[in-house]
Amino acid sequence: MERDLLDRAYDKAAAHERLGPEEGVALLERGDLHLLMSLAHRRRTFLHPEPVVTYIVERNINYTNACVTYCRFCAFYRRPGHAESYVLSHEQIGRKIEELLEVGGIQILLQGGHHPDLPLSWYEEMLRFIKANYPVHVHGFSAPEIEHIAGVERLPVRDVLLRLRDAGLGTLPGAGGEMLVDRVRDVIAPLKTTTRAWLDVHRTAHGIGMRSTATMMFGHEETRAERIEHFDLVRALQDDTRGFTAFILWTFQPENTAMWRYPKLESHEYLRTAAVARLYLDNVANLQASWVTQGARIAEITLRAGVNDMGSTMLEENVVSAAGTTYAMNAEEIERSIRMCGFLPRRRNVFYEEVAA
Amino acid sequence: MIPRLFLDGDLADLLAKAEAGERLTFDDGVRLFRSDDLPALGWAAHRARERRHGNVAWYLKNRHINYSNICKYDCMFCSFYRKEGQEGAWLWTVEQVLEHVAPFKDSGLSEFHIVGGVHPTLPFDYYTGMIRALKREHPTVAVKAFTAIEISYFAELHGLSIRDTLVALQEAGLDMIPGGGAEVFADRVRYKVCREKADADRWFEVHETAHSLGIPSNATLLYGHIETLEERVDHLLRLRDLQDRTHGLLSYIPLAYHPDFNRLAKLGAPSGIDALKNVAVGRLLLDNVPHIKAYWIMLGVKTAQVALSFGADDLDGTVTWERIYHMAGAATPEGLTEERLREIIREAGREPVERDAFYNRVTRRREPVPA
Repeated sequence: MERDLLDRAYDKAAAHERLGPEEGVALLERGDLHLLMSLAHRRRTFLHPEPVVTYIVERNINYTNACVTYCRFCAFYRRPGHAESYVLSHEQIGRKIEELLEVGGIQILLQGGHHPDLPLSWYEEMLRFIKANYPVHVHGFSAPEIEHIAGVERLPVRDVLLRLRDAGLGTLPGAGGEMLVDRVRDVIAPLKTTTRAWLDVHRTAHGIGMRSTATMMFGHEETRAERIEHFDLVRALQDDTRGFTAFILWTFQPENTAMWRYPKLESHEYLRTAAVARLYLDNVANLQASWVTQGARIAEITLRAGVNDMGSTMLEENVVSAAGTTYAMNAEEIERSIRMCGFLPRRRNVFYEEVAA
Repeated sequence: MIPRLFLDGDLADLLAKAEAGERLTFDDGVRLFRSDDLPALGWAAHRARERRHGNVAWYLKNRHINYSNICKYDCMFCSFYRKEGQEGAWLWTVEQVLEHVAPFKDSGLSEFHIVGGVHPTLPFDYYTGMIRALKREHPTVAVKAFTAIEISYFAELHGLSIRDTLVALQEAGLDMIPGGGAEVFADRVRYKVCREKADADRWFEVHETAHSLGIPSNATLLYGHIETLEERVDHLLRLRDLQDRTHGLLSYIPLAYHPDFNRLAKLGAPSGIDALKNVAVGRLLLDNVPHIKAYWIMLGVKTAQVALSFGADDLDGTVTWERIYHMAGAATPEGLTEERLREIIREAGREPVERDAFYNRVTRRREPVPA
């Protein structure tokens, strides 16, 4: 009986049919790694027949590390007032963007902690400063940040998104998704956005025509079935809105966090989960490699396991590195990786459209 | 049974051949390396490892002793060696070697892995003395020492035959020979990257003689620099021929070239896909070698873990203090605890089993892991 379920899941995946939750769980729990990789690569080739792997020249900017949400998995935040807490000035942000422009970058990933005192106008001014001075797309503010700002201002999420968009916000990153399972969220991030609220922020963004990405941070408290639950929620929202451009998954990095006791996942489970994500999320076009948690060598292997995008150059990375993992790749290294694996590198924007290198 | 998915692929006939236990040819090996069907290749290699080892993945408790980095040769891929008197050169006395491993006395170590540069002038009794001293202090720890290149030079410098050199080392307590120095056997490659060191014939002479004396050994391939895929396959088939004659090889270890701080740096590191292919093709071609090692120090913990599903059955050991690859930019930790090694193996769905230097199962009482 169990065997039948797994075989059915393989067959449906091979035929590009939609997988049900129990089939997803069967693949993730019992699927053979080689078959999962092969099926995921078939699906990737079905969706993206060209032998091309994309990436974006983008830099991370973390405008503040002050945060009142105290997620147990996070090594990046500092309490407001802590000696190591900071808020970047416009001048500092400007310098970072200039460094990005020097290497041919086109986009910033602008994210920060949940600062208790910054009003919406502070974020608007930051965006207006950026857009007035630099030709960059702003991919910024995770759903929890949006919800936090809405709370500070006592405004509806929709109004916050509209005002930020007017000020220059382009698209929303998928961060803060963590695991979209409230049982897990209650353990790892009890003060953070609920599953429902995360989904609502993205639904609202998509409703005003703003695209976003979806993410998953796994390898801690969750079960494999809960990973499928996460995929299922993302897929259902995508059926309604078609607003997600990509899905990005990475493994929890335990060092320096309150959750250091969880054994760190390396790469076997990451590859399996990435492959099943490719198969399950049949309506999300792009799947990114997480070289920042997995390193270049595993990112290369994922190019034969369903992944079609090498993500971003980042330039600086503060969140994962605070948890003890420090991989780095520049555009040249990303292109070399892609070529070594038999694909053509292509530079893209946030909408996965080709841009000049 | 070969999954239907792979029957459509370009490796279907080779998968069938491997399943039937037929020996793969030179052309088969080149096709395996050239194929883009990494999952199919991995599946076949994994089947081959399952037939030999079931679900077991081996590891051991070992320590490396890099007694000196002073080297007569100038191999282009090497970041480890220094010339005598050059900044950063070191040479340990036998007393310093003993001090280095003294903390591990009676800690249940199975093996010392001893490799150095090829020191131009050290007397032979330095080496025999080192082994004797280690055996005296650590009688239960196997001594796996000196690559064929080092041994070949000991013989040359002291006017001994390879056989007499090995007999003397064996009398001192040598148990096993590591697989290093093989690099790529093809003359074309050796001439370009390591022309001064012992050639392939000499490497084989050392290993074949060792086997005849009852000294087992390992074999390596240093891939990912200037060698062709044909030269990789040639390398593997030369090892397979040796093994047909002697059955003295215990494991095959494909080593990824590390590009930092050496004269081939512009080449960059080979890909993760190439790492898995080397493990898998090694498993499939070397049908007479019992073990394929995913040496985590070289591959990185993550790739080594994935390699446990691509034909590898061994992760090597706990190590601590490794210099040769770390001086070439390896970002891996210099040691892993036994518990971490076991976790890494379990995540890969395999059963961790501690081994000794000769791949015998080690049984000891395990302390419960502290929470």
